[in-house]
Amino acid sequence: MTFLDGNVGLILQGFWLTIQLLVLSGICSIVLGTLLAAARVSPVPLLRGAAVVYVSIFRNTPLLVVFIFVFIAGPRLGLNYPFLVKGVLAMTLYTSAFVAEALRSGINSVPVGQAEAARSIGLTFGQCMREVVMPQALRAVIPPMASVLIAMAKNTSVAAAFGLAEATATMRGLTNNNANERLMIFLVFALGYIVIVELMSFAANRLERRWRVA
Amino acid sequence: MVALDGVQKWFGQLHVLQDVDLHVAPGEVVVVIGPSGSGKSTLCRTINRLETIDEGVIAVDGQKLPEEGKALAGLRADVGMVFQSFNIFAHKTILENVTLGPIKVRKQSRADAEKRARELLTRVGIEAQADKYPAQLSGGQQQRVAIARALAMEPKVMLFDEPTSALDPEMIKEVLDVMVDLARGGMTMIVVTHEMGFARTAADRVVFMSDGRIVEENTPEEFFSNPSSDRARDFLGKILKH
Repeated sequence: MTFLDGNVGLILQGFWLTIQLLVLSGICSIVLGTLLAAARVSPVPLLRGAAVVYVSIFRNTPLLVVFIFVFIAGPRLGLNYPFLVKGVLAMTLYTSAFVAEALRSGINSVPVGQAEAARSIGLTFGQCMREVVMPQALRAVIPPMASVLIAMAKNTSVAAAFGLAEATATMRGLTNNNANERLMIFLVFALGYIVIVELMSFAANRLERRWRVA
Repeated sequence: MVALDGVQKWFGQLHVLQDVDLHVAPGEVVVVIGPSGSGKSTLCRTINRLETIDEGVIAVDGQKLPEEGKALAGLRADVGMVFQSFNIFAHKTILENVTLGPIKVRKQSRADAEKRARELLTRVGIEAQADKYPAQLSGGQQQRVAIARALAMEPKVMLFDEPTSALDPEMIKEVLDVMVDLARGGMTMIVVTHEMGFARTAADRVVFMSDGRIVEENTPEEFFSNPSSDRARDFLGKILKH
């Protein structure tokens, strides 16, 4: 385990960037995905259409292609941001489409009568979604939503190919310099990812249990 | 208070509302009865535009029903609605169910809304359940919450869409009692129901629908003892036999 000498800080730094990517992309994806899902069921045809187009573009494009677009085509279109922002942007564009679809299945599972009752006490469409439909939809989609976010956590490794020194990029650097310890290095980084993902499923389980009452 | 003129509605080929005219005066209790599929629920739901109509005019308190948007939400706030399937918000407590509209739509303070909500829950006899969730209540209790939730908006008119059809027989009475109380208190009500007893005791007028048309309108006494149309006589003959 000589590769650990003097490199623990580097490894932790790598995972810290992974966690930053994961948390920021997670928050942005949930916000954008929620708006997309609401647009998808809104009474305005233009919003519905726009959400359908968005989801079919980004759900059906490989993540690598989205990254290439944001990192290589983006700057040519004048969209040049720091690396972390570009990474979060690419992750969010891709993941929000999956979040939107998971949420939509949750919205469809809320009985129509709930929305009708909400509208009939005078709530606007936005209030009806915010107060009545979305809270119930969210409770119904915790397991699929956790899967989407766990996939996203692992997908952050794609950023390694675009100059972001997150965990996977750090791992590649270390294996190059410590060729005889490749297996151990791999196991250490795999363990790191496993810990992150296990924490996420633990949180999802807790949330699911806490919200079960209703 | 509520005026429908020349209302037409189709579901595809099916002509579910055929040239319906109905005028309801303030304080009046109108009971709509008729066989299944006669369009009575649809009629009820068009009045707060949960169903759109294809032709004709519907006005509530002199105001024509607005299209979608803020104006429609404002009108719906003034029209209370009670559903067959209760539709109590499943993720909110009973108290939160009743205060949601007053806080979000009427912009009341939480304290005022809760005080009023507790009064209403007392009036419908379920003040002890205020902090429970809907799933912990019986159907009859849930329906009384739904009535309290509608009343919390201080509606000008209340619509009841088969409010007792999903209830066990012994729970029907507790809901009907609340409705009779409301009717005596001067609330304008349009009630779609199969409860002939309620129609007899509380209705000012009975409207009989069949195949999307209003076939007969009469006082309850006249309607039940001496219906003028063959269709109504046939219907009453079937339901009153047992």
